[in-house]
Amino acid sequence: MVASAAVRLFGMWASPAVRRVEWALKLKGIEYEYIEEDLSNKSSSLLEFNPINKQVPVLVHNCNPIVESLVILEYIDETWKENPILPVDPLERAKARFWATFVDVKCREESRKAFFMEGEEKEKAIENLQVQLKALDEELEGKKFFSGDHIGYTDLAVGWMAFWLGVAEEAAGFKANYDVKFPNFSRWMKDFLAEPVIKDNLPPREKTVEFFRAFKQLGSCTKVNQK
Amino acid sequence: MAGSGNSEVKLLGAWASPYVARARIALNLKEVQYEFLEEQFGTKSELLLKSNPIYKKIPVLIHDDKPICESLIIVQYIDEVWVSSGPALMPADAYDRALHRFWAVYIDDKFVPALFGMMRAPTEEAKAESKEQALASLQLLEEAFGKISKGKPFFGGDTIGYLDVALGAFVGWMKAFEEMNGFKLLDDAKTPLLCAWAENFCNNEVVGAVIPETAKLVELAKVMQARFKNAPPAN
Repeated sequence: MVASAAVRLFGMWASPAVRRVEWALKLKGIEYEYIEEDLSNKSSSLLEFNPINKQVPVLVHNCNPIVESLVILEYIDETWKENPILPVDPLERAKARFWATFVDVKCREESRKAFFMEGEEKEKAIENLQVQLKALDEELEGKKFFSGDHIGYTDLAVGWMAFWLGVAEEAAGFKANYDVKFPNFSRWMKDFLAEPVIKDNLPPREKTVEFFRAFKQLGSCTKVNQK
Repeated sequence: MAGSGNSEVKLLGAWASPYVARARIALNLKEVQYEFLEEQFGTKSELLLKSNPIYKKIPVLIHDDKPICESLIIVQYIDEVWVSSGPALMPADAYDRALHRFWAVYIDDKFVPALFGMMRAPTEEAKAESKEQALASLQLLEEAFGKISKGKPFFGGDTIGYLDVALGAFVGWMKAFEEMNGFKLLDDAKTPLLCAWAENFCNNEVVGAVIPETAKLVELAKVMQARFKNAPPAN
């Protein structure tokens, strides 16, 4: 176990990218100090450790800051070898990274549009999101988790969708209908959220829906800065 | 597990694509024999659509009939498979690796859209904004180079590394835009380290064979600007 002062995580309670890092730390049994940031009034430490995009999460290990949640996940996996989250085989690693960036770039883009926009643009975004969900659904065929029998890097990367997609739907009044259309994905969402490390490390749902409702009303002026 | 014959490793790509250049540079650095399958500009082959149904974009590496997509993922794959051939592209230290990965993501997120934004911008104002962003990104990369290279010629140290490939593949297009727009992106006064770096990078034999001639890129850019005002370069 690493002394808590050596590992610090700057985060924000509602942020999926931050939870993603916490899930990885907890899976590996790494002790860390968590620092909650008020993103409307960022601490000097955060700005010092992440001057480039001033976002959370930032992992600080032995005074070295690591930024970008997927980069942090790989760093964690390479630094603490127990309970590996990435596969060993290069082809499997490439596939894991592929799905992680697909979800982070493409699915997040369409989810954001479905969340913030109205009318035709909203409908188009939901349509696009469903095409993406179909791809994820097909990828899960015959597998409990994206990473196999146990959760791994890909599940942690896609994980935000298991909780925050539902939150976004409720806060912004839309439905992606995965429970009807995408049975594998729907089943994965439930299994993922039932995993002890995940279940015990989620923000309170009502409070999160409220937060995102308020966030939507503000429009994109006050962006929740997170990656 | 080294590739032993041409048929084992194929790369779907196009001569002008900087994303494809990343894969080609990595393959060349690792001395991998491969078959280059050129996609025709404006069309997508059946093999491409079958190998990359999600994005339908190049580059796609096909190794023993298994496709690998996305240029940065391909570079890491090449580094991990042909591990005993040539120097490692990824640094040995986990923190250094995190820095390489962070800046590679930054390049794709902030620098490249700004760079091609200058070509695709519909108004002079939008063009100026893209130019500002591109120059600002390069300034940050200049500082990053200072810290990461530790006085050596490349981000990877003595030899070309992952981040060198990630950024270096765009040097051809950077030179093309400099010529088309009449200003310097890499400037001896503002980004002296990156200027030296770009020269070292392009002087490398395997890189020189991949980066297209500036004149040809300028010609292509003019065609693209005229015909496909909003077409992004192949990913």
